[in-house]
Amino acid sequence: MYIIIVGAGKVGYHLAKLLMTQGHGHEVMLIEKDRAKVGILSMEFHDAIMEGDGSTVEALKEAGANRADVVVATTGNDEDNLVVCQVAKLMFLRPRTIARVNNPRNEELFAGLGVDASVSGTKLINAIIHEQVRAGDMMIPLLTLKAGDIEIVEVQLTRSSHIVRKKIKDLALPTGSIFIAVIRGEEVIIPYGETEFQPEDKVLALVKRESEQALRQML
Amino acid sequence: MIIGCGRVGSVLANRLDEEGHQVVVLDRNQQAFRRLSEKFSGERIVGNGLVEEFVRPTFEKKIDILFAITDKDNNNLMIAQRVKLTFQLGRVIAVVHDSILAGLYKELGVETVCPTDLVIKDIVQTIQGG
Repeated sequence: MYIIIVGAGKVGYHLAKLLMTQGHGHEVMLIEKDRAKVGILSMEFHDAIMEGDGSTVEALKEAGANRADVVVATTGNDEDNLVVCQVAKLMFLRPRTIARVNNPRNEELFAGLGVDASVSGTKLINAIIHEQVRAGDMMIPLLTLKAGDIEIVEVQLTRSSHIVRKKIKDLALPTGSIFIAVIRGEEVIIPYGETEFQPEDKVLALVKRESEQALRQML
Repeated sequence: MIIGCGRVGSVLANRLDEEGHQVVVLDRNQQAFRRLSEKFSGERIVGNGLVEEFVRPTFEKKIDILFAITDKDNNNLMIAQRVKLTFQLGRVIAVVHDSILAGLYKELGVETVCPTDLVIKDIVQTIQGG
């Protein structure tokens, strides 16, 4: 694929390196406004970096946006990233546009204004921290589906867990949640009504986000 | 409402105020308001026009026309589009120096004014007139 990256800051630089190497082998063009930065980076990127304002038609044309598969805007300014994506979308043939969103509040706006996808560093870091914090209460999210609406979680039971020595059929499982596996030592049990929980069991459950709190309380 | 109290924004604000319109000027930098005339009777707000929390209370008042006249084209284009999308304002006008961008966004339905085009037009007229 041919990928144009606007902004050779930390995000743009590492993204370009990653896409060019490590078996990805994509063709990349970095567009950077700052002449000094272009000078330094051209030792490393050679023909794959050019000086220019990536939010202008001229620069994108020079970079060959007409044959680009993807245009990624990675600058630290949301207004620049927005215009890069809009210009790429309007003036050139078929690029998919991806914007870095610095202020998470702009994510919705970008979607409404025709940017194909946006990535918010702040939001990602928040989500990771949130998951780490929650891991402390023994319910560990393993997999998130449907953009966070559904999760597969792992719960380590202890002697004091409410459901120990109880059968599934006797439990009032919250709506929007289901047990999918019980791991007992080396054994994996596909649970059904008669399954009785033991201390030290690891329980895997599929749960909708809105039911997560209720499930946690039950356990 | 005028976002950006620079050379153009401040003169426009002074003039509209003199003509008896109710004017609100917003700029990130308090210092920018020194460009307003002493007689200016409108409202001055220090804040970032790109941050929604900042501008929401102002936009929820009835604004007939909004000018985005900061010194950055992309700022103006984002402000104008956000305002159009989020708040139902009568008219939103963005000043865009890049002639190609100004034309492009006009096609997108964003009202733009391009100082570069105006200067060129003026010079050409002067040449032909002389």
